[in-house]
Amino acid sequence: MSKKNSEYLLELEGMRKAFPGVLANDDVGLAIKPGEVHALLGENGAGKSTLVKMIYGILQPDSGTIKFNGKPMKILAPAQARELGIAMVFQHFSLFDSLTVVENISLGMDHQSSMEKLAARITELSERYGLPLDPHRHVYTLSVGERQRIEIIRCLLQQPKLLVMDEPTSVLTPQEVDKLFETLKRLSSEGMSILYISHKLDEIKALCHHATILRLGRKVASVNIDEESPQTLAAMMMGEELQTLQRGEAVNSGQVRLEVAGLNVTAADPLGISLKDIHLQICAGEVVGIAGVAGNGQDELLAALNGETRVREAATILLEGKPAGRLGPNERRLAGMASVPEKRLGHGAVPDMSLVDNAFLTAFRRMRLLRHGLIDYARTRQFCEQVIRDFSVKTPDAQVPAESLSGGNLQKFIIGRELDQNPEILLVSQPTWGVDAGAALTIRRALRERAAKGAAVLVISQDLDELMEITDRIGALCGGHLSAFYPTREMTVEKVGLLMAGVTLEQEYAA
Amino acid sequence: MRPESLLPVFVKRPLPSRAMVYLSPLLALTLTLLAGSVLFLTMSVPPLQAMYAFFIEPLSSVYGLTELAVKATPLVLIGVALALGFRAGVWNIGAEGQLIIGGLCGGAVALYFYEQEGFYILPLILLAGIIGGMLWAAIVAFLRTRFNANEILTSLMLSYVASLLINLMVHGPLKDPEGFNFPESRLFSESAMLPILFEGTRLHLGAVFALLVVAAGWLMLSRSLSGFQIKAMGSASAAAEHAGFSSNRIIWMTLLLGGGVAGLAGTIEVAGPIGQLLPTISPGYGFTAIIVAYVGRLHPLGSLLAGLLLALTYLGGETAQINLGLPVAVTGVFQGLLLFFLLACDVFIHYQLQWRRSGSSGEAA
Repeated sequence: MSKKNSEYLLELEGMRKAFPGVLANDDVGLAIKPGEVHALLGENGAGKSTLVKMIYGILQPDSGTIKFNGKPMKILAPAQARELGIAMVFQHFSLFDSLTVVENISLGMDHQSSMEKLAARITELSERYGLPLDPHRHVYTLSVGERQRIEIIRCLLQQPKLLVMDEPTSVLTPQEVDKLFETLKRLSSEGMSILYISHKLDEIKALCHHATILRLGRKVASVNIDEESPQTLAAMMMGEELQTLQRGEAVNSGQVRLEVAGLNVTAADPLGISLKDIHLQICAGEVVGIAGVAGNGQDELLAALNGETRVREAATILLEGKPAGRLGPNERRLAGMASVPEKRLGHGAVPDMSLVDNAFLTAFRRMRLLRHGLIDYARTRQFCEQVIRDFSVKTPDAQVPAESLSGGNLQKFIIGRELDQNPEILLVSQPTWGVDAGAALTIRRALRERAAKGAAVLVISQDLDELMEITDRIGALCGGHLSAFYPTREMTVEKVGLLMAGVTLEQEYAA
Repeated sequence: MRPESLLPVFVKRPLPSRAMVYLSPLLALTLTLLAGSVLFLTMSVPPLQAMYAFFIEPLSSVYGLTELAVKATPLVLIGVALALGFRAGVWNIGAEGQLIIGGLCGGAVALYFYEQEGFYILPLILLAGIIGGMLWAAIVAFLRTRFNANEILTSLMLSYVASLLINLMVHGPLKDPEGFNFPESRLFSESAMLPILFEGTRLHLGAVFALLVVAAGWLMLSRSLSGFQIKAMGSASAAAEHAGFSSNRIIWMTLLLGGGVAGLAGTIEVAGPIGQLLPTISPGYGFTAIIVAYVGRLHPLGSLLAGLLLALTYLGGETAQINLGLPVAVTGVFQGLLLFFLLACDVFIHYQLQWRRSGSSGEAA
């Protein structure tokens, strides 16, 4: 028999996983002791998710060994991982909105038990670990933070030895993050190991004992957190020191390009978010940011602004001073607007269409790519190749399907497609979500440049650091309400966090 | 220690296989022939002889080839139109009903001009047929866009209504006054009939329409804005909406197109090979065209080839009935087998089989 009672709970060695065109993990190793909070640190696209999916049995490694409790294992399915004592909280929840908390948890159980017993155990766990949760509430009435608690409790019910958390704070306000950390520290003190995936250095400093750092699919280092500073961690994560954005002064001419005055949109879906009395002005030359936790009306706001949802009162949305509420997306494009939705595949681009076709998708009106009612493929290809060149999109050619590009390259392509149409008003949602650092810098720089050329730019983002870096003014969406806007240089992350939680700053100051 | 399974497992391909898209129909056809052979064996008919009667004999004469074209005409017409709809994710499976109403409307106009002559009569008949089919499909489009009613259900149910409606009409108002009370209309007069292309055969002008519709469908899908909208809506509706394409408009467009072409096909049937209105004017062409569209990989040119193949199952079924005394239901069985195997083989477009290596290195004692 192989050696038992290893010092480590989980040991990975030489893990390798290739996808067509990408080596997602190459000779990656990792070791976690019982009771340790271990950070898996890396930029988006560094291979963190791939590694975790292999631990949880969703993906099979091409080569490499996994040892659990010192015993070599092949984890073929998530059910097997759970049996071993590995539990995982995903970034995206799998919950049924119309069911209650206890019903949802019951559905995901490998071993069934009665509802009353389960509800009692949920209450017990939620009290013990500071995760307030009523087992009989319906999920659609819960906030994102509460929904995450369901996922955590679902994991704790299995009494796991290792809890894997994939970017758990990306959907939380700074205040909710603090609460989560208390819970995680408590679990760790009781001997549970936690593998914590993130690219946020301050969180890792606050929570973790050790860190394994990945870059471009390879392990860069394995470090003791206490011996490192955020700067050294960042340097290891990003490789050579990345230059930060040089931003010039805003050239706000005062000419209002986009104005929203008292916009109300009732959600078509009963579980959707309704927009309430939105006021917003964006002038030529400035970048305005809207922060907020996902699901607070960002998608609805973008759809109302870009014309996917039409608004009955035309005058609540003014493009260059003209009422535009009832115009469709293409009429608004002709009036100078361009938009980049959050979801790249399936919203910004058609996954199985070629890049040429995807270039045609939103550019055919403004770039005049139709001739005699037929698609002018010669001009479309020219335009597509221009986008690929201007934004150095890495692709074998313009004919590959959009889904074959990596996230960062596709995002560069989509943003390039909109910017190369020379819009006067640009709406962008989550511009650098899941994009590697290099591409993110390119994109942020392009957005600033567009504003410098006189465009009005609106950035909707969950990434506070990004908003602090590139915007001139900042506000936040909470439950379909848009806060007032404040000059970014006068704001701190904490203040924006309050806006995200729906607190108005004046109140806070008055208190 | 889990025993490693010796059975292969399905593994998702990283990208859909282009080759399998085209190989799948051929593989399905092969499997259909194999399963058909087993079927014939159980009926104690020598499979080779049956296959010959089914697939070769109908094609061994010029007359047989023209008959193939006659049967393929409605299949190809509807197959192309349905392919456009299916590409957009609009599941109109009621082309049979649209065909019947088209035939009924076209037939009614033909009967209105009974014993009259004029070059204008035939175009009017065809136009009436197209409009009839469109109106029938418009009900589906209205219910879908206004009430979000599933078009699969409504279009299918309307097919049964259509078939009852034509029954009612030939039993009543459109019945031949001198027809000894048989449920049939009068025979159409010369000016109401589609011209025959080759003397001595039944090949008529409708076959030319089918080729034109194939060409038009191809052009539309590959080069026009409407075709682009259809493709975008079908693969990613949110992206299409973001590009400013209205899903309601595409639902209306594809359903009207499908209904119009099916109506045309119905009119071509009554003003071509049939020459009068009967309680049944189609042996299920509208349903078979669904198989045509899929075997033809939702491409107009593919629909042409698939239309010819499925037409052969109709002809072969007749030959097998005459020569070998097999029941005519064999046609339906073959069509069903083909679709069944095709859907099964299409799994391989997105998945591949993988044999797990036996004996895991990690668990060696």
